[in-house]
Amino acid sequence: MSLASIPQNSRLGRTLSVLRDVMSRPSGAVGLCLVVFHLILAVISPYIAPFDYRTMNAAMMLTGPDGVHFLGTDHLGRDVFSRTIQGGREAILVTGIATPIAVAWGGMVGIFFGLIGGRVDEVMMRFVDAFLSLPWILKMLVLIVTFGTGIEVLIPTLAFFYGIPVIRIARAATHDVVARDFVAAARARGQSRMTIMRKELLPNVLDALMVEGAMRWSWMLLAFSSLSFLGFGVSPPTPDWGLMIADARGFMSFAPWGVLGPVIALSTLIIGINLTADALAKALGIDRAQKAPV
Amino acid sequence: MLQMFLRRLFLGAITVAIVSMIIFAGVEILPGDACTAFLEREAQGRVLENCREELDLNRPAVVRYLDWASDALRGDLGVSANGQRSIAEMVGARLQNSLLLAACALIVGVPTAIFLGVVSGLWRDRPVDLVLSTGAIFAMTIPEFVSATVLILVFSVWLGWLPGIVLTSANAPASEFFPEIILPVVVLAMVMTAHILRTVRSSVIEVMNSDYVQMATLKGVPYWRMVFRHALPNALLPAINVVALTIAWLLGGVVVIEVVFNYPGLGRMMIDAISDRDLPVVQAIALIVATVYVGVNLTADLLTMVANPRLRTLYTRK
Repeated sequence: MSLASIPQNSRLGRTLSVLRDVMSRPSGAVGLCLVVFHLILAVISPYIAPFDYRTMNAAMMLTGPDGVHFLGTDHLGRDVFSRTIQGGREAILVTGIATPIAVAWGGMVGIFFGLIGGRVDEVMMRFVDAFLSLPWILKMLVLIVTFGTGIEVLIPTLAFFYGIPVIRIARAATHDVVARDFVAAARARGQSRMTIMRKELLPNVLDALMVEGAMRWSWMLLAFSSLSFLGFGVSPPTPDWGLMIADARGFMSFAPWGVLGPVIALSTLIIGINLTADALAKALGIDRAQKAPV
Repeated sequence: MLQMFLRRLFLGAITVAIVSMIIFAGVEILPGDACTAFLEREAQGRVLENCREELDLNRPAVVRYLDWASDALRGDLGVSANGQRSIAEMVGARLQNSLLLAACALIVGVPTAIFLGVVSGLWRDRPVDLVLSTGAIFAMTIPEFVSATVLILVFSVWLGWLPGIVLTSANAPASEFFPEIILPVVVLAMVMTAHILRTVRSSVIEVMNSDYVQMATLKGVPYWRMVFRHALPNALLPAINVVALTIAWLLGGVVVIEVVFNYPGLGRMMIDAISDRDLPVVQAIALIVATVYVGVNLTADLLTMVANPRLRTLYTRK
């Protein structure tokens, strides 16, 4: 049955019931709590941080955790705790904008090719395959090295590259429904392609896209922090977990707190997203276990 | 059957051809070329013209693409922009090192993954399975550089058991990479194990619930005999594809690991080439990695087809 035929208020009802289902699973509850915690932290951290993340202090370099600096200080005497709680803002902002764009354009294109099928579809999929066979880091780095590392480059770059695998997912999900009677009926009614895509196909593909979106978000965060770690992401002195880990690694032997703070923060967020995505997939009845590790 | 084989082979070749076009076109579209990168910003006027003349950059892109592609087919990847060295020579040792790393990770990872996947599939939702499944989520979601950093901190800094960084030079024989290679292998194997384990687990569960296994149980086939003789051969089929995907990931996506451990592989060479804007090297590495990716996936598809008669007819009908 097409979801679009259900009135608006019951769609809200379905959202709530899916949310309840997610919360009722241990992994979903833990995951959602972690994600919400990080989102709230990203918003309020500038107001609760005890120190400015830029303030350096030559007298307090690499000191251990104590009552004033909860997580010690880094190699420039900056407060690690203040930097850690603010270290996810850039990452969450960039990936939070790029993920919906990626899912939207990838989903649209995928549904379109799933609907028209035939030769064109076959050829396009060869292009998608070809594109996916290049390592992500190569594609991204070439663009970043050419155009710079600002947000205005990172968001479109991430949104573009992470939309391509979505094409495949959306296309596969469309293929499952495109042969069904209600699509044939819509065609017989003489509805345009756009209308069929929006009214008949999208509601049926939406579940798969939601799960894919959650997964894409976590891959994107991973890519973003890896880029920062390699020195191609956020530029200093902006605090970022990937960059902080890269900086603090050199002093790991005598100042491990500089590494541990961002390691725990980044891991909890990514695990939170994955647990939520997992629970969401189970709640929506989508099997994700066979998915490729790309 | 043979027709099916040839068709897949043909499609794989087409994919590689498209990749090579994307790579070439991508580098063309980007602002700047080998000469501006080599001569830096001051490149203008006659110097730039001469350089372009020398590197044959004035010919139409299509002609240069065909030249490049046909040279690559013959194993000649051209020369690097700044060093004027043969790329095939530069890449050779690095590729060997990356293959060594990948092979070690595979030898450790695949058997572990299959064993643990079967265990957690057979004891579904029991404590063993919960521990393994949760562990798998952790291993595959935490960024590689994070788990690598934590492992270095624990095993190298605190316990002092293993070297945390690779100091061997790129051209050293394989034996000299031990024991430095152990930690990078462990990190890679962890991620791989997690991915394969999840696939094996779900396919074991599916097969164990299938009609023919129930039938065998009802007929009184002993449990373990049923598992080994009837269930596992079918349950392990999907693993072929995931292993193929992880091999592809191993060769392309280990860039971060190679940087973290200072490992002289293809990935680190790629980062260096991109930072230096050494476009011929970037193109060559991209082509190698993409070809390996397509080749490995093709092999996996063909293997699955050979091993599973049902899939074979399914493909033919399509």
